[in-house]
Order: sequence, then structure tokens, then C-alpha cells
Amino acid sequence: MAIVSRDFRELRLDGVCRSFGQMHALTDITLAVGRGEFVALVGPSGCGKSTALNCIAGLLQVSAGRIWLDERRIDDTGPEDRGFGMVFQNYALFPHMSVRRNIAFGLATQHRPKAEITRRVEEALALVRLGAHGDKLPGQLSGGQQQRVAIARAVVVEPPLVLMDEPLSNLDAKLRLEMRAEIRRIHAMLGCSTVYVTHDQEEALSLADRIVVLIDGRMRQVGTPEELYTAPSSRDVAEFMGYRNLVTSRAEPDGNGVAVTVAGARLKGTPFEAVGGEAVVAIRPDDLRPTPGGPILAKVEIAEYHGRDFYAVARGPDGTDLYFRSDERIKAGDEVRLDAAPSRVLVYAA
Amino acid sequence: MHRGLSERLWAIAIWAVVLFFVVNLLAMIAAVTVDSFGTRWFNTWLPAGFTGQWYAMVWNEFGLPAILWVTVEVVGAVVLISGLIGVPAAYAMARRNFPGKQAVMLLFLLPLLVPPITYGIPLATVLYRAHLAGTMNGVILANLVPALPFVILVMIPFVEQIDPRVEAAARVFGAGTFRLFVQVLVPLLTPGILAALLLVLVRTIAMFELTFLTAGTDSQTLVVALYYAVFAAGVRPNQSIDAMAVVYMVTTLIWLLIALRFVNPTQIVTRAKQ
Amino acid sequence: MRQARPPLRWRLREMGLDGVTLLVVPGVLFVLALFIYPFVYGLVLSFHPKQGGAWANYVTFFSNPYLYNTISTTLGIAIPATLINVVASVPVAMRVRLMKRQRLLTTILVIPITLGTVMVAEGLLTFLGPRGWFNRLLLLSGLVSSPVGLLHNYWGVMLSLVITGFPFTFLLTLSYVTGIDPSLEHAGAMLGARARQRFFRIILPLLAPGLAITLALAFVQAFTVFPSAILVGQPQGTTRVISIAAYQAAFEQYDYSLASAIAMLMALVQVVIIVLLLGGRSLLFRGPASSGKG
Repeated sequence: MAIVSRDFRELRLDGVCRSFGQMHALTDITLAVGRGEFVALVGPSGCGKSTALNCIAGLLQVSAGRIWLDERRIDDTGPEDRGFGMVFQNYALFPHMSVRRNIAFGLATQHRPKAEITRRVEEALALVRLGAHGDKLPGQLSGGQQQRVAIARAVVVEPPLVLMDEPLSNLDAKLRLEMRAEIRRIHAMLGCSTVYVTHDQEEALSLADRIVVLIDGRMRQVGTPEELYTAPSSRDVAEFMGYRNLVTSRAEPDGNGVAVTVAGARLKGTPFEAVGGEAVVAIRPDDLRPTPGGPILAKVEIAEYHGRDFYAVARGPDGTDLYFRSDERIKAGDEVRLDAAPSRVLVYAA
Repeated sequence: MHRGLSERLWAIAIWAVVLFFVVNLLAMIAAVTVDSFGTRWFNTWLPAGFTGQWYAMVWNEFGLPAILWVTVEVVGAVVLISGLIGVPAAYAMARRNFPGKQAVMLLFLLPLLVPPITYGIPLATVLYRAHLAGTMNGVILANLVPALPFVILVMIPFVEQIDPRVEAAARVFGAGTFRLFVQVLVPLLTPGILAALLLVLVRTIAMFELTFLTAGTDSQTLVVALYYAVFAAGVRPNQSIDAMAVVYMVTTLIWLLIALRFVNPTQIVTRAKQ
Repeated sequence: MRQARPPLRWRLREMGLDGVTLLVVPGVLFVLALFIYPFVYGLVLSFHPKQGGAWANYVTFFSNPYLYNTISTTLGIAIPATLINVVASVPVAMRVRLMKRQRLLTTILVIPITLGTVMVAEGLLTFLGPRGWFNRLLLLSGLVSSPVGLLHNYWGVMLSLVITGFPFTFLLTLSYVTGIDPSLEHAGAMLGARARQRFFRIILPLLAPGLAITLALAFVQAFTVFPSAILVGQPQGTTRVISIAAYQAAFEQYDYSLASAIAMLMALVQVVIIVLLLGGRSLLFRGPASSGKG
């Protein structure tokens, strides 16, 4: 199948807002998706990511703002005319049509010649490795197979942009990992720009070129997976990105960093916002480690065996619960001393 | 989604048709009501004057009180009996999978799918041979034929909604079937029972064909009496017929409105779909 | 050593037969006695005519135009009424399912079903009379020059069937249409299909099995039309339907045997049409109208 090459350079959202009555689902979304880019929209439930995707698709009208496809304004055209491909969370395969006819649907609407349709459908089937299942009905396929048909159906029309709305959330964990690899492979092969919505930050980290974090309908941070993983710009983004330890503390300047108090112990941290006085300290469990002579003294409450290491919760003298990882064997009741590198202790304004 | 001009026109056309239907329906009802209160109404938009005399006439001369009482008796008996037999039967159908269950389900479905006149004539014949035709009992029996399966089919989903583990818990604590029914199931099923019985009530008040075929002169329900009144239209003043129609309409609609507190309008119509 | 067989009671319970199952018995007996038995009785009775051989009733029916024409008359009323009611219900249901507050509309539409055909007939007689509001308005608007005759003829019966039948088909169709997963339409739109294409390629095929059932139920209602055919129709002429023939045989001629025969013929015609409709249905896709998981 030909690598998607349309004269498409970018999709641009400009101050897009969407309200439902008094409820503002999206506020001031401004974003550009370039050719071949894989952008993930992430955020906690209800943050508006699906709403944003539906606005891009045309299934929802924007309340304010504009959407541009290169020079063309598309926010006032219907989804039928935007030419994007979309993969839905529940697959939305037409239950009364065979796999082949499902995939061919978009081409049939364009009234393509029959020979061309057949050829492109076969290519799409080969791409998602379902060649043997072409004549089955969706009801006869497993969840993973159905999702692959949905992907084939979306990409066979060679759209400039593919939209994916939590396509893997209905699959079980193992299948999810397999399908993640499939999506990566197909994206690499076809090179079409993709906007991918998910609530799973791990999925986003593994798939995306850039990640957009939405919280309460607003864009809070845009960056590469690494940027979001190591340097979330605010407390809320840190919380979403898996910084499970969030502790309030007083912050005092200390050299080129700040000094904070965590579970009664003094730690050095890196400020991410202007801090003075009250602050929130964020530490990833992977960055908080048992260290002999470490400043934090805590008693292990729960220790989970994860094969290669232990995932544990310990309680400090002031009652703070701290989540950390340990390579060494530990169990409930043990006393540990914990420490974290100053660059991995992120401090935000309260 | 965005709508083009042709789609907008189509939408307007459809709403116009619906509006036409609704307006004419309401106007029809209004016409009957207005006529029933009019003194003389010949060639004008509204009657010459208004009066309640037709209602007095219907009450005093047409035997309305007796007819109303018959209706109450018939409907009451049908509701009671169909409830007493139907609710336990629905429970058994919902909770047990016995051989022949499909056949029994079909048996309960048929009286609802076959229109009343088709089985009404053979039924009337049988009741006639059993000397039950023309009596109140005959009318009640005839009306039970669609009512009982209706209760069963409406109640089955309600019973299925109750977690069987609640019943298992009651049994573990020593409740026999009767106690289980009275103290656990009926309270939980009350909304469903109310819904089903109210719907049966409304349907039986409006059930024409079965009562028509089996009733005698003193076992007519309101709807049958109304039919005879309309049928013999030349004999009685038109306004009195409309007065009787209004009485019927009010009776039915009051119960409909009460029933709608508990059920969705769709449930009055849809039955168990395969 | 032989293993003791489980007690009978236990084995019966495993099959689903115990005290609770017995609760079904009164209902079953009732339906058998008052529905199945009369039918069988009627069938047998139809073969024991007042005079002549076993098939005499049926011969009488098919040799007397006054009788056998009732079938074509009834079909001539029932088929158009059914088609109108079902075909009209589809676009209306497609629109109404998008409405947020459907309850008021569905409640109003339930009224004619609840009131029944007798009340609707009286309503039509008052409203559509030569001096009724409907004709008044038509004359006033200048659309017609003399009152339109919609009563005591074919049109009166048609109107009555539409008024009581359309809400029924509409509510059924609405429930089928709302059972179709909306994401299927979204997917269709994303793939370039406009509203008309989405309807004919996606929705209609999924709706078809439900429509077949709706057609069957609506037809059966229309075919057995009775009080309207008398009150707002022309029972001696153009709207002499088969139920009238059966009624007259039973209650005017006291020929229960002939009446049963006519009732059996009514049932036969209905069964034939239903089998045709439901047979067609089984050729169509009958699975769930959603798209798999989710």
C-alpha cells in the first residue's frame, strides 16, 4: 500500500472551544499536527479529549475557534467532507457487512471503480494481517481482530489524518500490548498523521511523537514523551503522568534549588514554578529508593512483588504515605530509609 | 452534525406531517368535548350555547351509572385475577428453565399477537355453549385471555431484574416459598406489578371486540355501550353520544396518565420482541 | 457397590421442575382452555356445517360473492393502511430519536391507541362531518368548494386505521431505531456517507428485521378492523370487511359453524402474510445492531 502522500502539511486548531450549555468542555485549544506526526491527547476522564477529537472529526461543532487543514477552513464542513479516517473505541464495524465490505465502505462511497476497490481492500487486509478473514462478519471475529478491521477501514481511503478514540481500551491487557505494536508498525509503514486519544499515559508515552495533556478542557502541557515523563510543567500534569507521591510542604530557597520537607525529612528539590512558602512536591515512585543513610525514615505498610523488583508503600513519622520501588527484598513492617536525587524531586506552587 | 439545505427541508416536512397529525388529533378530541357541552350546534364554529344537560341525560336516561359499575366490576376482576395468576407465573418463567418452556412462552405470546376478533368469535361460541355468554363472568373470562399473558410478559423482565441471590439469602434464613413471596419478592416487584396492572386496566377499559362479542345487555362495559350509542346514532341526540364519549375518554385518559407515572409510553405498545 | 440414585425430587429440580415451576400451571391451563381450545373447537365446528358435507361452509364462503369479496375488500383496506403506517413511521422515528424531550410527543401519540377504535370513530364522525371543523376550515380556506366526504366510506376507515395504527408502528419503529448504535452512523459519516447513504446502506439493513415484525403486527391489526368499518365505513358495501361477515354469521344468522369457518379463514390469511413477512426476515441479517464489544 502506498505511503500516504497527500499535499497535506498540517492540521491546525486555533482557539477551539466547545460548550454544552453552561458546561465548558473545551477551552482555547490551540494545536498544530504536522505531516506524519503521531500526537496523543491524554488526560483524566472527563478532561475533554474525546470532545476535542470529535470536533476535529466534525462529529461535534465547535462553539468558538477555527480548525484549518492547510489553508482550508474545515470547522464548518461536515464529517463526510473532511476526509479523515477514524477508529472508534467500540470499533463501530457495520455488523451486517463482511470484513471486506466494511473496509470497502469508504471507497464505495467515493464511487471508485470496482477493480480499484478490490485491490485496495486486499492490500489493507494484508496490512493488518487479516487476509484469511475477509468474508467473515464482525460478530465472528475477536476483539483484537475487529479493531484491526476498523483500522484497515480507516486507512484504506488514504486519509491525510487518522483519528483514534481510545481504540485499545476495550481490549484485555495482553491484547492491548500486541495491538499497540500493530499500531506502531502501521503508522511507521503508512506515515499518516495521527491524533490518538487515550487515558493511559503509558500507551501515549510508547506511541506518540508529541503528547498533549488536557485537564478540565484546557491544554496544560505539550511536549515529547520524554519531556512529559521527566519534566511535567505543573502539579496536575505531574499527577496524571504518574508522579504518585504528591506532598505539600514549605519550600525555602537552597542554593540553586529549594529545600522541602517530606515525611519529616529535609530534601533538596528542583522548582518548576515560582515557589515561595507553600509548595507541592512530586516524586515518581521509581525515583524514590531505599538508600542507606537516606534522610526519610519510614515503615513499610505494603510490599508488592513485581518479579524484578518490589513496589511498596511506606508511612513516614508524620503519617505521609510514600510510594517507592525497591530492588532488594522488603516486607511489611520493615524500616527503610528513602532518598531521591534533587533533579527528580519536582517542586510546584501550591 | 452539519445539515445541508435538502436535509433541513426534509426535517421540516416531517415535522409538518407530525404536527398535522397531532393538531388534527387534538382538534378531534376537542370537537367531541365541545359538542358534548353545546346546546345546539348546526352551522357555526361553536355551539349556540353551553349546557350540562347531555351529561345529565346520559346519567339519568342512558343508564350510565349501571354501565360504569359493570365496567368497574369487569376491569377490577380482570386486573385482580390476571395479577394473582400472572405474577407467580411470571416468577416461575423467569426463574426456572424447564423442558417445554419455549412452548409455554409461545402459548403466552399468542393471545397478544392474535387480534381479539380472530379468537373472539370462536371464544364467544364456546362461552355460548357453556352458557357463560351474556353474563358478567363470561365477559370477565373473555377479557382475561389477553390480560393474563400481558401481565406475565410485562412482569418477566421485572423479575429477572431482581438478583436471585437476594432470594437465595432469604431461603438460607429459612423462608418458605410463600413467605419469600410475600415478604421479599412482592415489595421488590411492586413497581413492576403496578405498571403491569395499570396497563391491563387501561387496555381492558378500551377492549372493545371481546366484550362486544360476549356481553349481554346488562354486562356491557362503557366502550361497548358507547359503540351501541354511536351505532344507533339517529335514535339519540348527537350531543348525548358525545357526552358519553367524553365520559369514556376521561375515564381512560385518567388511568393512562396514572399508568404513565410508572411506565414509558413505548411499553404500552411493545411486547417481548424476539 | 451400586451408587444410590439421587432422589426423584432432586432430579426433577435439576431439570427445572419443582414447586415454583408449578406456579406456571394455572396460567397455562387458562390459556389452553380459553384460547387454544376455542380455536380447536372452532376449527372442528367449521367442518360440521348446518347442512352439507364437511367442507360445506368453505364452499359456501367461496361461492358467495357477498362473502368471498370480503377478503379482497379487507386486503384492499389493510395493505395500504399497513404500508402507510409502517413507511411513515420510519422517517418520523429517525427524526424523533434525535430529540431530547421525546416524552411529550410519545405521550400524545399513545392517546389514540389507548382510546381505541370506537372512540376514534366517534371523534371522526364529529370532526369530519359536513359541518364539522375540518370541512369548515377547508371551505374557509377556499381549497374546496363543497364539504369533503370522508365519512361512511373507505376513507373514514382508512383514517381510523391510520390514527390508531400509526402511533403503534411509530413507537415500535422508534424502539428499533434507538437500538442501533449511533457510532455506526458516525463511522459512516467519517467514511464519507451522507445522510441518505447512511440511511440506505447502514440503518435500513439493520432496521429491516424489526420492520418485518412491525409490518406483521400492523397488518394483523388492520386486517381485523371491525368497529370502524361499521361506524365510519360502509359495512354493506365498500368496507364490508371479513370480520363483519364473521360477526353477522354468528350473531345475526346464528350459524356458529359458518362463523367459525370465516374466523378460521381470517386466521389463515393472517398466518400466510405473517409467514411471508417473517420468512423474508430470516433472509436478512438478524444479529445485534451494535458493533461488537463496547
